[in-house]
Amino acid sequence: MRYLALIFLMFSANFIAESSAPCGSYVGDDLEHVGICDIAVVDPTDKASLQRGAQLYMNYCLGCHSLKYSRYKRMAEDLEIPLELFKENLIFGDQKIGDLITIGMDPKEAKEWFGNTPPDLTLEAGLRGPDWIYTYLKSFYVDESRPLGVNNMVYENVGMPNVLFNMQGEQRSVCKQVPSKAPNGGLKQDPLTGKIVTVEKCGFLEVVEGTGEVSKEQFDTNMKDLTNFMAYITDPAQTEREMIGFYVIMYLIIFTILAFLLYREFKKDLH
Amino acid sequence: MVNKIMSWFDERLPITATIERHLTKYPAPINMNIWYLAGVLLVVVLVIQLISGIWLLMNYEPTAEGAFASIQYIMRDVEYGWMIRYMHTTGSSVFFALIYLHMFRGMMYGSYQKPRELLWVVGWFTFFLLCALGFTGYVLPWGQMSFWAAQVIMSLFGSIPFIGEDLLIWIRGDYLISGITLNRLFALHVVLLPLALIAVIFIHILALHEVGSNNPDGVDVKKFKDEDGVPLDTKPFFPYDIMHDLYAIGVFLIFFCFIMFFYPDGGGYVIEYVNYEPADNLKTPDHIVPAWYYTPYYAMLRAITFPIFGLSAKFLGFVVMAAGIAIFVALPWLDRSPVKSIRYKGIFSKFFLSLFVVSFFVLGYLGSVPPNPVRTLFAQIFTFTYFAYFFLMPIYSKYEKCKPVPERVTLS
Repeated sequence: MRYLALIFLMFSANFIAESSAPCGSYVGDDLEHVGICDIAVVDPTDKASLQRGAQLYMNYCLGCHSLKYSRYKRMAEDLEIPLELFKENLIFGDQKIGDLITIGMDPKEAKEWFGNTPPDLTLEAGLRGPDWIYTYLKSFYVDESRPLGVNNMVYENVGMPNVLFNMQGEQRSVCKQVPSKAPNGGLKQDPLTGKIVTVEKCGFLEVVEGTGEVSKEQFDTNMKDLTNFMAYITDPAQTEREMIGFYVIMYLIIFTILAFLLYREFKKDLH
Repeated sequence: MVNKIMSWFDERLPITATIERHLTKYPAPINMNIWYLAGVLLVVVLVIQLISGIWLLMNYEPTAEGAFASIQYIMRDVEYGWMIRYMHTTGSSVFFALIYLHMFRGMMYGSYQKPRELLWVVGWFTFFLLCALGFTGYVLPWGQMSFWAAQVIMSLFGSIPFIGEDLLIWIRGDYLISGITLNRLFALHVVLLPLALIAVIFIHILALHEVGSNNPDGVDVKKFKDEDGVPLDTKPFFPYDIMHDLYAIGVFLIFFCFIMFFYPDGGGYVIEYVNYEPADNLKTPDHIVPAWYYTPYYAMLRAITFPIFGLSAKFLGFVVMAAGIAIFVALPWLDRSPVKSIRYKGIFSKFFLSLFVVSFFVLGYLGSVPPNPVRTLFAQIFTFTYFAYFFLMPIYSKYEKCKPVPERVTLS
């Protein structure tokens, strides 16, 4: 029996273990695990955040990434941006407010420029999840070996240039001395001096001070807004859906109670 | 006056007789329990699928170029299009959940035994058609997983010795999965298969009403009748069962709407995340998985990793998978037990049925994760135990010691 349990334990590790690192080699606050995404804040009711996100998207992303399944007008209405204001500031070129959000870049040429056609991002938040997008956007770092001079911790050797470079500043991958863990889970201490033993770990991202247009905190907030917007554009009906869902379920609860009472009346006949 | 009109109709069409036979005088055993709800809920889901399907069809475009975008058109530009689509996607998952429960009920209470063999076989056909509907429907959104699932499933036909390659091209209608394939799957999904499903369900219900419903005790309720010839331990289906069902349908719809409105992608199980990307025949996803309801059978397919007698592992896997789905048909003839219900069957029947359930769930899990050697070994073991339930049944069901069956139904 003991052997059986042992064999089971040995197997079960393999059975369940998922070597998944959704965010590549990103090192977040949790130093133990690499590849864990930072958590984005998705709140479709926060219109101010969505508006800021839309503004960022239209200015930084739309040059290459279309949102070709959604329309300007729907977006303006959902985000409560006055149509006139929207037309003036967020529609570039001669597109109309009822049009789909397409771009002028030729996919074939784009493929030559970047190695891959920049994908449409309408559904990206559904495909990758908001946390992935948020972490990805923050994870560009200088890497001279790459054709465009940047690499990404989440998406290794990505073909995309760091369009947020000016805003974020020059981010580098650095190594740091971090406290090492003792087998008991605490911090490892030197038995003689009592000092905490450190080991070198690499892959930390640090912005060179003074190179960015905004502070790190502000940059993170901006990326949260942008991510929030992308989550919205993937699922624009979410707020409406949940509201209708609430009423539908309320109705069904009343219906079910009445049906139950009716059933109870009929049941009396049977005994 | 009303009576006159009714008799005018009845002389020309058996309306009253049909209503009596199938509703007001259909005897439903009084000890039916919660497991018996799956049947009526399946009918509810069938209606949901038919109606939402028709509305989806009004805006869907069955071409390789336009399919993916038309789904997004439904989701964004069509009024309440998202609701119609989520109704259909949630419905497909729930359809399978319910049919599995419905089948399990039959296995538990021996509802396939004499005289219900044909009822069971016809019921199996609905399961089979549902599998086909699920597969063909899954391809229509033309996302990455649609495309690659179609690629994997269709390539199975290519593994058939001698005729495989030609057969594959004939089925696909092209040298690779393309818009032509999409069109034929579309035709099957919206015309042939639903028609066949409705017809088979109709026959299923006719057969049920011919032999009568089984019950959790597996006793024949027609043995004891009152002076009017009505079985004692039954109640008329209408209104008593219908009232009960109505309340159950309410509870079910609350659950259904909760998924549909609040978790429409069901954590990636109802709508897979990979399907948010349009089909791309040059880019294979890292990990191709079928929808959750096929994963037990997908695990069986992958469990066979060795060729035998010159037959490829893939073909053998295909055979095992098909056998795993088809084996249910044989149940009425595999079961040699003198009793129907698991309540009175012996310890071996209980053990093997439990083993079957465990195998089904473990295989379901294994089919949804990427394979590794240990998982493949487990898939092989549990494929074996899955089939053990069926193939050993003639032995254990015949020789085990059963409990005495009561004369009439018991009420807990």
